[in-house]
Amino acid sequence: MKFSKAWLLQHVDIEIATPDLVAGLTMAGLEVDGVEPAAPPFTNVVVGEIVAIEPHPDADQLRVCRVGAGGDAPVQVVCGAPNARLGLKAPFAQIGARLPGDLTIKAARLRGVESQGMLCSAAELGLSSDQAGLLELPADLRAGTDLRAALALDDEVIEVDLTPNRGDCLGVRGLAREVAAVMGAPLRDFPVAPVPATIADALPIRLNAAGACPRYAGRIIRAIDPEAKTPVWMLERLRRGGIRGIHPVVDVTNYVMLELGQPMHGFDLGRLHDTGIEVRHARSGETLTLLDGNVLELDDGCLVIADAQRTLALAGIMGGRGSGVDAQTRDVFLESAHFQPLAVAGKARQFGLHTDSSHRFERGVDPELPLRALERATALLLEITGGKPGPALVAEDNGALAAPGVIQLRGTRLAQQLRLDFAPARVKTMLASLGLELVEETPDHWQFRAPSWRFDLGIEADLIEEIARIHGYNNLPSATPVLAPEIGPSRQRDLAGIRAALVQRGYREVICYSFVPPEIAGLVTGGAPAIPVINPISAAMSVMRPSLWPGLLLALRHNLNRQQERVRLFETGLRFGGGPDGEQRMTLAGLITGNREPGGWANARDQVDFFALKGDVEALLAALGIGARVSGERGTHPALHPGQCLRLRDDGDATLGHLGLLSPVVARALDFDQPVFLFELALDRLPGAATAAFRSLSRFPAVRRDIAIVVPREVTAAAVLDTVKRASGESLTEARIFDVYHGEHIENNKKSIAIGLTFQDSSRTLEDSDVQSAEAAVLEALAAGFGARLRGE
Amino acid sequence: MDNLDTVVAEALTAVADADTLAALEAVRVGYLGKKGVLTALLQGLGTLAPEQRPAAGASINKAKVAVQEGIEARRRSLADADIERRLAAETIDVTLPGRNAEVGGLHPITQTLNRIQDFFVRVGYQVEEGPEIEDDYHNFEALNIPAHHPARAMHDTFYIDATHVLRTHTSPVQIRTLERQAPPVRIVCPGRVYRCDSDLTHTPMFHQVEGLVVDRDISFADLRGTVDQFLKAFFETDLPVRFRPSYFPFTEPSAEVDIQCTQCRGAGCRVCKQSGWLEVMGCGMVHPNVLANCGIDPENFTGFAFGMGVERLAMLRHGVGDLRLFFENDLRFLQQF
Repeated sequence: MKFSKAWLLQHVDIEIATPDLVAGLTMAGLEVDGVEPAAPPFTNVVVGEIVAIEPHPDADQLRVCRVGAGGDAPVQVVCGAPNARLGLKAPFAQIGARLPGDLTIKAARLRGVESQGMLCSAAELGLSSDQAGLLELPADLRAGTDLRAALALDDEVIEVDLTPNRGDCLGVRGLAREVAAVMGAPLRDFPVAPVPATIADALPIRLNAAGACPRYAGRIIRAIDPEAKTPVWMLERLRRGGIRGIHPVVDVTNYVMLELGQPMHGFDLGRLHDTGIEVRHARSGETLTLLDGNVLELDDGCLVIADAQRTLALAGIMGGRGSGVDAQTRDVFLESAHFQPLAVAGKARQFGLHTDSSHRFERGVDPELPLRALERATALLLEITGGKPGPALVAEDNGALAAPGVIQLRGTRLAQQLRLDFAPARVKTMLASLGLELVEETPDHWQFRAPSWRFDLGIEADLIEEIARIHGYNNLPSATPVLAPEIGPSRQRDLAGIRAALVQRGYREVICYSFVPPEIAGLVTGGAPAIPVINPISAAMSVMRPSLWPGLLLALRHNLNRQQERVRLFETGLRFGGGPDGEQRMTLAGLITGNREPGGWANARDQVDFFALKGDVEALLAALGIGARVSGERGTHPALHPGQCLRLRDDGDATLGHLGLLSPVVARALDFDQPVFLFELALDRLPGAATAAFRSLSRFPAVRRDIAIVVPREVTAAAVLDTVKRASGESLTEARIFDVYHGEHIENNKKSIAIGLTFQDSSRTLEDSDVQSAEAAVLEALAAGFGARLRGE
Repeated sequence: MDNLDTVVAEALTAVADADTLAALEAVRVGYLGKKGVLTALLQGLGTLAPEQRPAAGASINKAKVAVQEGIEARRRSLADADIERRLAAETIDVTLPGRNAEVGGLHPITQTLNRIQDFFVRVGYQVEEGPEIEDDYHNFEALNIPAHHPARAMHDTFYIDATHVLRTHTSPVQIRTLERQAPPVRIVCPGRVYRCDSDLTHTPMFHQVEGLVVDRDISFADLRGTVDQFLKAFFETDLPVRFRPSYFPFTEPSAEVDIQCTQCRGAGCRVCKQSGWLEVMGCGMVHPNVLANCGIDPENFTGFAFGMGVERLAMLRHGVGDLRLFFENDLRFLQQF
């Protein structure tokens, strides 16, 4: 809401510097968004009058004017404006004037004719963007008067960002009430006298949706002057309120809206059916053509104004084409109605509309305003256009108008909530300043009735807030709550530990958008449908991520495109599957590419491979204490290379995640020309760490035996180790693969695996024979299981 | 026993000439070994008359000790020289960087979230989280924002279907917690939130931390004190904090909290739009309807809630000027934190 400071100060008796007013409003909860001068600085511009005008001898577009500007003799000015005419009063920038845009007016010759100054448009003075012609000033201004004084331009425009509960401040009068209350200044009276009717004409008004429109005031005004112009003072106030002048009727209704907060509408009476109008819900299939030609398809949730023949307006939002006023209008019907917020709310948005009227009705308008606003608008309109007013017509359903209820306020509750004991007299004064009426007073509570414009006040907490606001939030005591100490579980530590473990291994955390491009989601999931967002920001952010990989891959691409060659990223967050009610699973994912170690004089220069990534994941699981509870086996995943994919599983064979090499198909789609390895883990499915159970330490020496066996290439290390562990008996404490080889000296389809076996017994020193028989058992089992033989035999 | 003195003199010369530990050992064997010169002399004592033996024995032993001491002294000096040589040979350029010292790092938003959370967890708040695809009831209705409430226009909502949205704030976690847990409740709820808005100062996803305390006798003063202490701790300075009346459907009274501009210290600058203040969080006393919606009697229990934007706090603390950097995940940006 933008308003003129000067206008506000006509309603409240206070002398206040703008910064103090801004601070006062802001600290009262009416946040000031900005302050601008009503007009940019300019000097030496006066009211000029064209006292003679003739064509330019050498230019068709120019005229030579003689302009009276209060001096002894008129001065000669060459002017190209189409509306320059004899008798017109317009802003005149004299020689030496400084205009916005750092322009200084000097004497000039235009096509050979002397010009002693410039007649100005509104745009040239920075008052608006209107540069169609000279700004036409009222004829009653005296030529030579300083323009800033004549138009009261030394004013400021203040913009407040009102919270949705303060619809009552969407008018200068409401703001003035608030300023008076919070600054303790007197509110000036603003009487609005009823306008006596000079004709008896009436239009029947029927309320057929009283719940949505319980009160509708209207009036016929006949024989307005279609030539009448809206006065500059009104246009100036509208302009400062952010509204353009259109037509005197529209301007008056807008003016009253800015002044009192009541949106109004002016119909051309000649275009209404004489059987009257009704307020009703739309019928399904009903349409309304707006002023701009847009056709709305209405539904029965829409409230409309209609006559016997057609739909006239979307109530409280916008008028329709063909029933409004225009330059031919002579007879007017003014509407000043109360529409309930719920009848308007959401409807403007439904049709992509947002109007000053819908903005106010959605937030609520004082139900007592319609008649007052109608009288005010009538008086203003008659002043401008003349005409014959009919009687004020009011249709209302008092049953549907909720009477303001009483609100209880307990002194104890007030003191408890604000930790301050207010004197009862102070409480009453503060609330009275806001227009609340004391209905009942007892030793332990009061009952107040809120004024009709404070429909936002309904419960005790609302009154406590008002008292806090008037007292000043920052003048209230401050304390800290006394919280009984309590030890609860902490699930967050897990995530912190996971992040720390990955950071230790050189991973950098990223945070990617939860919505991803559908094509990349499809690549990663093998085309499974992802959950779409109905109203995405863009196609590239239109589905909820089914995996954390799309985001990581995009982050990788961003960095590879910026000459980063070694990248190690991880992210934790939800991934989404199954539909709106589907799973939202806490997930961890990461990727690596480039050199295994960072560039450095002493560091390895080999590239990461599958086992680099697997080592990181194993280390992470070990750090979480669950290394033994998670196992891996060859798996498949649409995003991963089929030959380099590990499925991670728990004891019960539930899938915990996958890791592996990015499939060449996906890599090609993303333009990656270096191998990328990824992992993803369902954090919510990871088993918990078992509490460590102590085993006694053996006092007897360990014996190590190394064996190298040759097995077919397809035999997996996991299968070999499993067989070794099962065959070797109790005393095996460790079996570790220390070499895998294929190539020279090994048949083509075979490989050699070297395993270090450590034996140790807790109760005795192992004999050679013990170890030999265990080793023999291992070899026998490997031979039986895989056709393994000792290498070199 | 002139002969003996000569032997000792020759032995000591040989010791002095030995320039390796091996040569010295050869000298030792030559004089003191089983077949060494002095060993042979001792063995020759048996050929002397018994009355000569003690004196001769003493002389030979004395000679032997002299040679032994000479050898030991030489051995020490050779060993020392050996260490000196090794030290010289093993000297490296210790200013070269260490091997593979690189660690990764946490995203600045995570660091900021952790920092915020830690202040509250230390004084007994629990951390609670909730779903990001949220139903209309928890995101709006239960928070006293019925359909068509104008406050919904303050939230540019992403819709998943007619009854599901991407949560527009972390406040639904309040509801989910209060539905589950009877007071006293004191929680912080960190997480991602979504608004359908994208420009220089808005990203369609950002992070909030919500705080909620519900107990008997919780007051607006408690809210003020908690928020004030937190902000001073977070910014590590005793900066001015002010509360401004505001409006949220789920709190009453409601407030916006401003801190003195961290950039200009209140003088007015571009960052604070010349106001000298920066808005950092919204808060208020939990609206009685919200408590009632969760089955808690607002007569017996009161509470406060506050919510803050994590990106904003991170930007102020680290001087980041462009919000969008947080989600580009450029390593050159991430490595700075």
